[in-house]
Amino acid sequence: MPAPTQAGVDESTLVAQSREGNTSAFAELVRRYEGKIFRLAQHVTQNREDAEDVLQETFMKAYEHLDQFQGNSKFYTWIVRIAVNQALMKLRRKKTGKTVSLDETIDTGEDTVVREIAAWDENPEQRFSREELGEILDSAIQGLEPPYRSVFVLRDIEELSTEETADALGLSIPAVKSRLLRARLQLREKLTRQFKRKGEDAFAYL
Amino acid sequence: MLTCKEFLNELSEYLDESIDAELRAKLEKHITECPNCWVIFDTTRRTIQIYKGMNPYPIPADVESRLMNALEKKMAAKGR
Repeated sequence: MPAPTQAGVDESTLVAQSREGNTSAFAELVRRYEGKIFRLAQHVTQNREDAEDVLQETFMKAYEHLDQFQGNSKFYTWIVRIAVNQALMKLRRKKTGKTVSLDETIDTGEDTVVREIAAWDENPEQRFSREELGEILDSAIQGLEPPYRSVFVLRDIEELSTEETADALGLSIPAVKSRLLRARLQLREKLTRQFKRKGEDAFAYL
Repeated sequence: MLTCKEFLNELSEYLDESIDAELRAKLEKHITECPNCWVIFDTTRRTIQIYKGMNPYPIPADVESRLMNALEKKMAAKGR
């Protein structure tokens, strides 16, 4: 496939060229977003093989339906929505008899989880190698329930807006907000166990 | 005066700066007076920052080449 010459070309031009059948323009779009889509798929499916399927299906579908892409959202947001749908479908298929719906009621209670209240080191990240840090962050996410996980991944990792996240997951805006709060607090809790200042333990329990 | 629980319920929106000035002032007052909530605020903020700063791993070469192969087939099939 030709040429890294497309690297500096802006996205809307690439989309327009792809629509006209320019395959190297589409390949460039793939190269720009494949890493993020693969990461998103891994976070949601928690499984490398499934994530690879999702990655392929996402770009195949995007290519197929390129003419349906409306220029009024970003191309990235559009493919994220495709990827999320594919990933959720995988999850659903796996749990036969037990549908995984992001709408299923989860006990959100009022008990916002806060147990560890300890200040962090100035730069706790530096205590770990990049690989170690990556593992800590990934495994913290893995520990979240799927409904919280998807919201967190879209909002705080892929940096979609609240509205875009609601749209991609088929949730209401208040649902996105409350899940995001809980996801953030749960992750904070998990990371505190790794990052708290040495010798400093909880001030108190709330 | 806000309670800690009220503070926590607004924390996310406070961090996203999507609240009005009046509530914001109340939340700011609360963290200057409540060391526990300040720590929670600070560590939650840093949790989000750490995740935002995380770049995706480069996609494994074998995964990428399978993706590109699949796409090439698709493109060829669609034909021009």
